Amino acid sequence: MIEVRSVTKRYGRTVVVDDVELTLPAGGLVSIIGPNGAGKSTLLSIVARLLPADAGSVLVDGHDVASTPGDVLARRLAVLRQENHLTVRLTVRDLVAFGRYPHSRGRLTTTDEAHVDAALEHLGLTDLAGRFLDQLSGGQRQRAHVAMVLAQDTEYVLLDEPLNNLDMKHARQMMRMMRRAADELGRTVVVVLHDINFAAAYSDRVVAMRDGAVVVQGTPAQIMTPEALHAVYDMDIAVHDVAGAPLAAYYV
Amino acid sequence: MTTAPPLATQDVAPAQTPARAPRAGRRRLWLTATCVLLAVLAVLSTFVGVSDVRLGSLLADEGTARDVLLLSRLPRTAAILLAGSTMAVTGVVIQMLVRNRFVEPSTIGTTESAGLGLLVVTLLAPGMALPGKLAVAAVAALAGTLLFLGVLRSVPVRSVVTVPLLGLMLSGVIGAVSTFIAYRADLLQTLSSWMTGDFSGIVAGRYELLWAVAVLTLVVYVTADRFTVVGMGRDVATGLGLSYRTVMALGLGIVSVASAIVVVVVGALPFLGLVVPNVVSLLAGDNLRRSLPWVALLGAGLVLVCDVVGRVVRYPYEVPIGVVMGVVGAAAFLYLLLRRSTDVG
Repeated sequence: MIEVRSVTKRYGRTVVVDDVELTLPAGGLVSIIGPNGAGKSTLLSIVARLLPADAGSVLVDGHDVASTPGDVLARRLAVLRQENHLTVRLTVRDLVAFGRYPHSRGRLTTTDEAHVDAALEHLGLTDLAGRFLDQLSGGQRQRAHVAMVLAQDTEYVLLDEPLNNLDMKHARQMMRMMRRAADELGRTVVVVLHDINFAAAYSDRVVAMRDGAVVVQGTPAQIMTPEALHAVYDMDIAVHDVAGAPLAAYYV
Repeated sequence: MTTAPPLATQDVAPAQTPARAPRAGRRRLWLTATCVLLAVLAVLSTFVGVSDVRLGSLLADEGTARDVLLLSRLPRTAAILLAGSTMAVTGVVIQMLVRNRFVEPSTIGTTESAGLGLLVVTLLAPGMALPGKLAVAAVAALAGTLLFLGVLRSVPVRSVVTVPLLGLMLSGVIGAVSTFIAYRADLLQTLSSWMTGDFSGIVAGRYELLWAVAVLTLVVYVTADRFTVVGMGRDVATGLGLSYRTVMALGLGIVSVASAIVVVVVGALPFLGLVVPNVVSLLAGDNLRRSLPWVALLGAGLVLVCDVVGRVVRYPYEVPIGVVMGVVGAAAFLYLLLRRSTDVG
């Protein structure tokens, strides 16, 4: 369980995350949605202890992220930031293998190798394992980073806009892969998304933020109403029922 | 004995899947071959010089050739190998810490600061023993490197090219301060002996300090994975449970101390830490556990070749290796910078 307790973050005078209270039970796929500047990425970074909160605390399975030793947390929680351009030249396999660092400290055991192989397989990267990252397309690179985070073999997996740079096909593949990570591998996947239809179609739970606060949260059905979406995006969005699933027509 | 003892099996199979074993094997073969080549080059280099040292004279005469070999040639070759591999390794470490390919100790002010520190201690406490002077140089090198990082942090726009340019400017400023002080104090020659690498003064008893850098290089190798992870950035390092600050401090400490020792014993070897890691990165990538042996070997090899060139090109006089390296390195640096920036642009 991830518990966010009265977390506040300011940049100068601007309050980016405003006294947020949030409880995410273990298991399943949780999407965090909201307009630009809503504080989604900042909140995710605070949960992943990449940013310190100005006030409040975050507990992951009861461990306060601000005070728990980094390596202990690294075996419970993995995170992928939005911008993950690397200046180091690594092969896909090397990158994914570094996901095992919290467990192996760089000396890979047979178990570590098995996790690396499984993560590569899960993301369909087995054939590209020997390639250098700079020889891959943006989408393949994105998948390699996700594979690294999966290889870390943590209960919680936090991903900040993993659909960035992905075309329709790969975006859907990525969402299906995350769904499988939750269903088959039993991970708790928390993901920041922009496309509310992807969020609705694949998530167990949606958390909607605006101006640094959680505005609405609940099941996709609860979020996908014109009223709720208006509260989040300040737009009139019609929601249609397409083959039994809600689809927001926000294009026109 | 029907079964192998468990320890032995552990040694033989370092947890690698069979499919990957041939690649690792081939890599090891190449590495061994390069080692042998470097060793042969090193042995041959001991026969190059003004004084006549040949296999025949070594066996026949009463000891002059042997003295030259033991007191001058062997120490010189050892110093070359140690300094060369260390400066290449410090280059790759600082590149990981700064996350930029185009920096190395002599282009971000580390080396210049060590020189300035030495100059100041020579002026203020000329009688200080070598370890004391060295400590001052190391602290100055660290301060210079931190100054560079501080300047970097305060600059809003960070592009691949502005980082090394800032470093070169900072080096230039520190170098100018040193030159000014040295000029006033009539120490220009002394300063130039630190700022221009030269192995001609290396004799037994005057280079042994360099073995300390071999230890530092070994420490880098043992902690290689940490530097690779830090090279992936603060967020990745934190996410993997690594203390970014600790690794940063370790790396900066090693780079500063190693640079200071090399400056004191040999003098600056410009561009070495830049050219070698970039070439290795193109060939073998940046997973330091795998690439560091190559960086060390090629660094040693390049300095060895440049030194022999310096000894031969104006025979019987010598061109200081710093000059040869400066020419070779500057050309290679420009090439890499232009090639990369067109890639990015």
